[in-house]
Amino acid sequence: MENTDIEQRIKKIVAEQLGVNEADVKNESSFVNDLGADSLDTVELVMALEEEFECEIPDEQAEKINTVQEAIDYVNQHTSH
Amino acid sequence: MYSKIIGTGSYLPEKILTNHDLERMVDTSDEWIRARTGIIQRHIAAEGQMASDLALEASRKAIDAAGIQAQEIDLIVLATTTPDMIFPSTACILQHKLGISGGPAFDVQAVCSGFIYALATADMFVSSGKCRNALVVGTEVYSRILDWTDRSTCVLFGDGAGAVVLTQSNQPGILSSHLHANGSYNNVLAAPGNICGGKIQGSPFITMEGNTVFKFAVKVLEEAVFEAITANHLQASDIDWLIPHQANIRIIKSTANKVGIPMEKVVATVDQHGNTSAASVPLALDIAARDGRIKTDHYVLLEGVGGGFTWGSVLLRW
Repeated sequence: MENTDIEQRIKKIVAEQLGVNEADVKNESSFVNDLGADSLDTVELVMALEEEFECEIPDEQAEKINTVQEAIDYVNQHTSH
Repeated sequence: MYSKIIGTGSYLPEKILTNHDLERMVDTSDEWIRARTGIIQRHIAAEGQMASDLALEASRKAIDAAGIQAQEIDLIVLATTTPDMIFPSTACILQHKLGISGGPAFDVQAVCSGFIYALATADMFVSSGKCRNALVVGTEVYSRILDWTDRSTCVLFGDGAGAVVLTQSNQPGILSSHLHANGSYNNVLAAPGNICGGKIQGSPFITMEGNTVFKFAVKVLEEAVFEAITANHLQASDIDWLIPHQANIRIIKSTANKVGIPMEKVVATVDQHGNTSAASVPLALDIAARDGRIKTDHYVLLEGVGGGFTWGSVLLRW
């Protein structure tokens, strides 16, 4: 699967979970600082990523996923998509 | 033979603690608490008011609603995390306060899943014919084990009690119960203390890894719904009322969303009660039964999750 496809899927999930416009979701966007997420939003976002990409993201890894790009990188490195 | 709920009751202490009251006690805000938990207020037991006192009020209402005499109760199963004392059980103290004796009475400790565990246990006694009328209670005085300087936990909980009378019936009644635990999570949500040699060892206050609890709760509350409906050959759309443990409106909404049950069919009381642990499900059940939301023949799915972790469901036909 192409990386751009992963990027699109992640941006769509982020937009849905955080209730923001997909157009406002940039690679460099921080969930908390740019997209208005609180701590529980980020937990739900990680759960949605786990479901979409059929993987389990350990808590200590999840804490390091703070931006859209970090989510894309994690999915690229840890899943078969 | 089945068991069937024939009466419900609940009790909330008089004193109400609002988010604005909490603003004056710890560094928090009404907005923060509402956004993350959905809680607006919670009830706090009066000094000297014990779990058994709250349980007594709720039990009397449930027995009245059932139209039986207290003497006809031949089993008490009481769920609490905050018992009156180390021993005897709060169930035995409640039995005495009800003026009855003879039948078995015992406590169940499954924290916020306690009422589900207690109801499932009582169902075994009643549906097997071992007992005729069971009183099942969830009662908590969490205010006693909160660190009122810890803003991450003290805003979440409240005190209260709920009770039901379960009796033998040829018609269901309780259709199924499913209980689970995973003790590897025992440190994630705990009051990790005990009494030894007259001194407190460890901490007598609630500690919680909030994000881990949130994630686990949403996951198992979703699984519990599917486990219950699958076992009964039902669809999520067949459930008339979902009554989940009332910890946090975001957990409740996330669960409802994942299982495809609209919030209009979910009983939510967390805004008014906070998290009352083992009391939350019977409190919500009593309110929805008394205000007429729950009607005869409705499918009602009760589910809980709590420290341990423990979790489970009871599906019943009203």
